[in-house]
Amino acid sequence: MSWSGPTLDRVLNTAAAWTLALLWILPLAYAIWTAFHPAAYEARFVLTAPLTMDNFAKAWSAAPFARYFLNTFVLVSLILAGQFFLCTLAAYAFARFEFPGRSLLFSLVLLQLLVMPDILIVENYKTMRLLDLVDTIPAIALPYLASGFGIFLLRQTFMTIPKELDEAARIEGASFLGVLWRVYIPLAKPTYLAYGLVSVSHHWNNFLWPLIVTNSVDTRPVTVGLSIFSAIDSGVEWSVINAATLMTSGPLLIAFLLFQRQFVQSFMRAGIK
Amino acid sequence: MRVTFKRDWIHSWLLLLPAMVFLFAFTHIPAVTTFINSFYSTPRGRRPAKFIGLENYERLWDDPVFWKVMFNNLWFALGTIPLSIALSIAMALWVNDKLAGRSLVRMAYFTPTVLPLIAVANIWLFFYTPGFGLFDQVFGALFGWSSTNWLGDPATALNAVIVVTVWKEAGFFMIFYLAALQAIPVSLVEAARIEGASRWTIFWRITFPLLMPTTLFVSINAVINSFRLVDHIFILTDGGPDNASSLLLFYIYEVAFRFWETGYAATLTVALLLLLSALAIGQFFFFDRKVHYK
Repeated sequence: MSWSGPTLDRVLNTAAAWTLALLWILPLAYAIWTAFHPAAYEARFVLTAPLTMDNFAKAWSAAPFARYFLNTFVLVSLILAGQFFLCTLAAYAFARFEFPGRSLLFSLVLLQLLVMPDILIVENYKTMRLLDLVDTIPAIALPYLASGFGIFLLRQTFMTIPKELDEAARIEGASFLGVLWRVYIPLAKPTYLAYGLVSVSHHWNNFLWPLIVTNSVDTRPVTVGLSIFSAIDSGVEWSVINAATLMTSGPLLIAFLLFQRQFVQSFMRAGIK
Repeated sequence: MRVTFKRDWIHSWLLLLPAMVFLFAFTHIPAVTTFINSFYSTPRGRRPAKFIGLENYERLWDDPVFWKVMFNNLWFALGTIPLSIALSIAMALWVNDKLAGRSLVRMAYFTPTVLPLIAVANIWLFFYTPGFGLFDQVFGALFGWSSTNWLGDPATALNAVIVVTVWKEAGFFMIFYLAALQAIPVSLVEAARIEGASRWTIFWRITFPLLMPTTLFVSINAVINSFRLVDHIFILTDGGPDNASSLLLFYIYEVAFRFWETGYAATLTVALLLLLSALAIGQFFFFDRKVHYK
């Protein structure tokens, strides 16, 4: 595009883009304001308002957030490890082998993009009760381990890897799993990063299923913990609730601000099919 | 040759086995048992589930709450999808352009995407609080409006939830449009510009048609999300007042885990699954005729 000076058109567009950006960041900015100021400044915006960390301290001591964070961390790691393992194996089979039933099985995988475990809460809860897993962290993770989306994404990536590399490794005597480990996985690293970021942020933020399947402090992830903490009738001050809210989103938010480019590219990569 | 083929078969089946076990256990089999259980009564205490034919479906047909949440969900989808798609296209066009402070603007648009929906709801809840919430203060100061209970009034509750959802989703969809915009050859736009086409014409005649595959992808995603994401309702309104802001999945949750009527909840889930499939298929065919694949 050629530079044509600050035309009216350009000025209007820039102004509109910035107005929308300000509107978009306002809710978060507001939450940050209340979280770092005493309750008296909840709706009074003066620059001289004293900064404080009290709200965070109050929130941290009022509910077992340390435990919630640990639970979420375990949950997210478990899901990520399981997804990487299961989806890699399945994607490798779909990408490189011919076998009876391939297209049928692949359409069953794709079906999960529409019929998601998120919707099948009633039956999955019954299954967990049958397995005696209710109120455990594996129960939150299990329905998400075989991700249709992950299998699809990795298959697409594996299919772009030149077959010559595969054959060369085989001639050198690598087994079919050796080829996967030495050729496919290293070359698909960007996809793993992208899928990993999307998966971690998705499951960090997930709420409905964990709410259903957990009922104790030892298993609740931060999202469920936060919802209990901020329940309308609990009578906690707004500034403290906002501090807790920021705290639970904090790790992801900070990671996002630090690795903004990777985040945006990962979400892009994961979305282009 | 034949032997290697057979060995390949076994290898691929073995590779697929673990994923398929999980996929069947938590997606396909539950989907089938949901369908089966929708014809059974809810087991209670010592009374096991009993085959009751279409009774659950008759109940669904006569259930005013079901029709209300269906209507709400429709309104919710119509309110969130076109608006968030339009906003996300505008965002992507701006961020893709040479804009002053481009990366800051992009960050502002994208940030809601990384926040948990529960956290988002907490933040917005304060905005909507009657009396001292930000909306009341701003509208009161600007137009002298009296205090409004945005979330407590059946007339505004669902729309208030829609606003939150659009805020959360638009930046996410922007990413896909941004990727698509970067794939459009610059020469096309430049050729049109030399011909004297205005920005408006260029957008509607070149950019927008070329974005159609993205619009298909994004809108399928948006439709599924509009039936799948109900987290914020728990915080904002809890479905109220009088189910005015309840959505189908939220109602399924209530029936199954607050009233413990799992038989009827299965029937509601069947309705949701049928609706989703019909929408996905319909969308695919609707867009198929308009999408320009490269």
